[in-house]
Amino acid sequence: MGGLQKKKFERGAATNYITRNRARKKLMLSLPDFRRLCILKGIYPHEPKHKKKVNKGSTAPRTFYLMKDIRFLLHEPIVGKFREYKIFVRKLKKAYGKTEWSTVERLRENKPTYKLDHIIKERYPSFIDALRDIDDALCMCFLFSTFARTGKCHVQTIQLCRRLTVEWMNYVIASRSLRKVFISIKGIYYQAEVMGQLITWLVPYQFSHDHPTDVDYRVMATFTEFYTTLLGFVNFRLYHSLNLLYPPKVCRAPKLIPGLQSILLFLIEQKLSALSASLARVVSSAEEEEAELDQFPEDMEKMEAREKEQKQQEAQRKMFQGLKFFLNREVPRESLAFVIRCFGGEVSWDKSICIGSTYDVTDETITHHIVDRPNIDKQYINRYYIQPQWVYDCVNAKILLPVEDYFIGVTLPPHLSPFVEEKEGDYVPPEKLKIMALQRGENPGVNEEEEEDEEEEEDDNADEEEDDEEEEEEEAEEKNLKEMEDQRSQGKSLQVKVTPGKVKVENPARLEQEEKAEEKRLAIMMMKKKEKYLYDKIMFGKKRKVREANKLAAKRKAHDDAEKAKKKKARK
Amino acid sequence: MEESSSNVLSSEKSGKMKRTKKRNKGEGDGDEEEEQVFNFNKPADKGDDDEDLSDSEDSVYSGLEDSGSDSEEREEGSHDDDDEDDDDEDDADGEQSQQTEDKKKGSEGEDEKKADEYEHDSSDEEDIRNTVGNIPMEWYKDFPHIGYDLDGKKIYKPIRNKDELDDFLDKMENPDYWRTVHDKQTESDIVLSDEQVELVKRLQRGQFGDVSFNEYQPSVEFFSNEVMLHPVTNRPADKRSFIPSLTEKEKVSKLVHAIKMGWIKPRRVEDDSRGRYYDLWATEDSSILAQHKMHLPAPKIPLPGHQESYNPPPEYLFTDEERALWEQQDPSDRKLPFVPKKFSSLRQVPAFPRFIHERFERCLDLYLCPRQRKMRVNVNPEDLIPKLPKPKDLQPFPTTQSLVYRGHSGLVRSISVSPSGQWLASGSDDGSVRFWEVCSSRCVKTVQVGGAVKSVAWNPNPSVCLLAVALDSVVLIVSPSLADKQVISASERLLAGQQEEEPSEGAGPVWSETEGEELSQGIRLKIQHPKAVHQVAWHAKGDYLASVMPDHSSNLQVFIHQLSRRRSQNPFRKNKGLVQCVSFHPVRPYFFVATQRSVRIYNLVKQEMTKKLQANSKWISSMAVHPGGDHVICGSYDCRLSWFDLDLSTKPYKMLRHHKKAVRGVAYHRSYPLFASASDDGSVIVCHGTVYNDLLQNPLIVPVKVLRGHVITHDLGVLDVTFHPTQPWIFSSGADATIRLFT
Repeated sequence: MGGLQKKKFERGAATNYITRNRARKKLMLSLPDFRRLCILKGIYPHEPKHKKKVNKGSTAPRTFYLMKDIRFLLHEPIVGKFREYKIFVRKLKKAYGKTEWSTVERLRENKPTYKLDHIIKERYPSFIDALRDIDDALCMCFLFSTFARTGKCHVQTIQLCRRLTVEWMNYVIASRSLRKVFISIKGIYYQAEVMGQLITWLVPYQFSHDHPTDVDYRVMATFTEFYTTLLGFVNFRLYHSLNLLYPPKVCRAPKLIPGLQSILLFLIEQKLSALSASLARVVSSAEEEEAELDQFPEDMEKMEAREKEQKQQEAQRKMFQGLKFFLNREVPRESLAFVIRCFGGEVSWDKSICIGSTYDVTDETITHHIVDRPNIDKQYINRYYIQPQWVYDCVNAKILLPVEDYFIGVTLPPHLSPFVEEKEGDYVPPEKLKIMALQRGENPGVNEEEEEDEEEEEDDNADEEEDDEEEEEEEAEEKNLKEMEDQRSQGKSLQVKVTPGKVKVENPARLEQEEKAEEKRLAIMMMKKKEKYLYDKIMFGKKRKVREANKLAAKRKAHDDAEKAKKKKARK
Repeated sequence: MEESSSNVLSSEKSGKMKRTKKRNKGEGDGDEEEEQVFNFNKPADKGDDDEDLSDSEDSVYSGLEDSGSDSEEREEGSHDDDDEDDDDEDDADGEQSQQTEDKKKGSEGEDEKKADEYEHDSSDEEDIRNTVGNIPMEWYKDFPHIGYDLDGKKIYKPIRNKDELDDFLDKMENPDYWRTVHDKQTESDIVLSDEQVELVKRLQRGQFGDVSFNEYQPSVEFFSNEVMLHPVTNRPADKRSFIPSLTEKEKVSKLVHAIKMGWIKPRRVEDDSRGRYYDLWATEDSSILAQHKMHLPAPKIPLPGHQESYNPPPEYLFTDEERALWEQQDPSDRKLPFVPKKFSSLRQVPAFPRFIHERFERCLDLYLCPRQRKMRVNVNPEDLIPKLPKPKDLQPFPTTQSLVYRGHSGLVRSISVSPSGQWLASGSDDGSVRFWEVCSSRCVKTVQVGGAVKSVAWNPNPSVCLLAVALDSVVLIVSPSLADKQVISASERLLAGQQEEEPSEGAGPVWSETEGEELSQGIRLKIQHPKAVHQVAWHAKGDYLASVMPDHSSNLQVFIHQLSRRRSQNPFRKNKGLVQCVSFHPVRPYFFVATQRSVRIYNLVKQEMTKKLQANSKWISSMAVHPGGDHVICGSYDCRLSWFDLDLSTKPYKMLRHHKKAVRGVAYHRSYPLFASASDDGSVIVCHGTVYNDLLQNPLIVPVKVLRGHVITHDLGVLDVTFHPTQPWIFSSGADATIRLFT
């Protein structure tokens, strides 16, 4: 005995966490300010390992922040700025009330502002960290850049977002780092590889938004404030890594005339957003030299694989080189221009759609004319008229696909997601198999494939039949035995009859398999309870996957059969 | 001054003329007054002379100057009037008309010295014949006068009897009505002249009033960037321009003080938004990295699959049922947050209605969602399976069903193999005990005992051939005489041991010898128990026999009988729970008693309990002791089999949950490291259980075979199981009235 009694919840986990309300009180901030601070500083709640201990014995649902995080926030200079802003608003209100317009003006001039540079540096100590987290920033900026001036957010924010996203797209074009594109029902997904980081972003379709009422735009605006700053710094660094000027300038830009500077700036911005001109460089070098990798004698195989991959990437980058595209007015201009330019193609459009068109419809050297309407009146002979999906599918397949499937008025082949990587046992749509065959350089005719399919099916059936036969035999034997037993048990005398014995063909491989299966079953019986649970869970998941794959395959088969039947009917 | 004097002169002249005129009027009688006023109102209607005069006059003047000069003229005129008033008292009525005349005259006079007039004209005052000032004239509407003249005399309203009708007639008939303006101050109507109308029109058009004014004449730039040789004005600079201003000084000092005190801040330098960005990561600081130990980066948004495509393969589209299911489900339960859709071309794809929602939810996730580091178990399921020695290496053990012993008509509750391994005894619910030859599966003998047999046990002593059978409340000792003569005689001798006459203690069992038919069947002894007997078990030496009568309430649950002396005793004084089964230690004087949840081990010599094993199961059904004596297995009705290592602990060394249903029987092999368990799920599981002599090494338990064959009848499968004493064979008896041998 002796000594003071230890009080509960005064050490350990309970002191490492703090509830949101207490954190707010400690920081002396209102809830909106606290929210802003958390968003800007990237502070998020933590789920404690043992909730009851942290919650001082209560099981009420609460969100907990790490005590360290909150203590870290205490020293944030922005907190002071928040308070200053609060005071500013109060003063302004007072001045308005007293109709002291000069004071209002003076106050407005000295409106407190803050910078987020230090926060970005703090949250992303290295540039790669920032790149890793840029996905959300891009998505948000692309969304905000499509907003109309409806008062949901400041016009300056919208303009800044537009500028930054255009800069980003121009960088991707200049560095040729786009890898995958996917047209989904939500918008268009792009994936680029920047400095070894895969960056995916989603761009909504160019429609006006139906602004929902249950969305808090203040939260989104705070995020956007942070993201625009981040994206600006990232753009700066990326442009400089390519020796490009930042803020970007178009090559062959007209000389600046002092009086018309603002108009010219606007024009340049427009030109940039047209995505058709290349950017001005600090050092005007034609091509960068890529650092060649040294040969390491150790792992030749790896090296070879890497080289192969690099070659493939190089080929992909120059996929559209030498091709001239013309965009009809109904296709999404920005997206297509971006994708085509990323892979080295030349692109133009009608002058009336947008600034920056480089050649006309009548140009004889145009190779591909992208059209998204059922028919077109005037067709030129020496160019393909294709639907826009061709461009995206080519990018994902990394080769130029045959254009026949994408002509005007043709039913398009399904557009597959390039982000799905099928593992063994997963369902692979037949279209993907076809593309994979094309990538390997084979040229499977449609008929051949069908035949193959049929053959395979037959094989499967045959196998099944064999199995069935064997099972049947066994069943018959067992039946016989059972009958005999029954007769014996009923006390009847057996009909003694000698029949010539059959030689039982034993399949050694099968026997071995069975033995192994039994071994496994017995071993599973000996598993510990915990492990057994886990094992069962894993196996359940696996089985479910197989089931889903089978379901998809069955659906596809049913669909194909229906199509075939329809075709046959049509023929008749 | 000269000019003004000349003006006066001219006015005087005009005054004279006026007077003459007035006199003319004065000649007119009093009733003419009205007419006069009328005349005044309509000067155009007056005498031809007058009209002509005014016309000419108007044509000369252009409007602006007219009004100015007019007022001045009138002022002077009024001066004249004053003089005149002094001279002769004029009546007020006449005065007004006089005034108008005066005006006309004045302007006439002006005509002559026009140039002078312009030079000096700076007056733009109003017509102030009436001195009331700029007040609403309706204040005077109840008075006969409308104000006062400069002498303070009342100005009377002209007597007007114009009503609406007159006005209307006037409007219709008077061709000059449109150019007639009513003067409120004097309550008089003025007809504008052509020039005046022209002037009004010009002003309305925004032109200069003066026709002759050239608005486009070249302007002289006085204040240009060129420094002129001479100053614009000749005025010498003021003194104040050489002395510092005191008021300014005061203001400046105020501002300086405010700046010093921090009340006024200097204007912030606007940083250009284009120069806002710089190379933030120019110097990478590793010290900041240390702060991010607990940082959990948010997971990225999962990448879209084929379902999200605008033109997905047909198998990814929903069927009608799937769609209905999707609509029924709660949004949080849905596998996909959207319905896959197919569009035949890109231009038909609409905007996604929940785009902003999804972005917003992502935002919420980023700053509101508690994060936790979750260890994802990334194990190969094959690795979880324990590595056990292959059953192949642990042979021999029974693998196949080789013989089935048929003959019983009820479920076979108990079986027992003779110590030689040649015979098998089985007791069934059909009231018979059968003896089988193991190798041929022939039933060599059937003993009808007349009651459901609960348990049979072959005497383990190989030199005697006796079988204990438990049914109802009787234990029978049967001598099947299935051995050579020596053995039979030895067993006879054992049975013939003299009976100790003991005072029977009422509740104790009663020994009796059988006679007649029972004797001929081989039943030799009958031990009558007070209650139903469930189990019998022999001591390894074959002299002692234990019987179990489970009962909650009494201490009479177990009896130990000595065959040679025909004596019985109850070893326990207290009831410690419902006894399920008992067993003797194979070598040492220990006695195992299994109650519902535990196994007690008693030392029979010392007469005390040595150990209590906790079985960790709900209800023990059966128990077997390892031939070495250091290990016990217990089967329980809750599907478990627990292995106890007596040297290790009182807790089970291993719990085996191999069976799906209640375990009915367990057995050890006498020489091979095998044990088996029989269950209601119709299977017998044979396990390899090596026991090492080394105390540090734990027993190795490996299941080696699952034997199936028994048919489940009435939810009962295999009821008893026992090993062959020498061979790795196993017998099992089931509820389907068969006994099976697996070899």
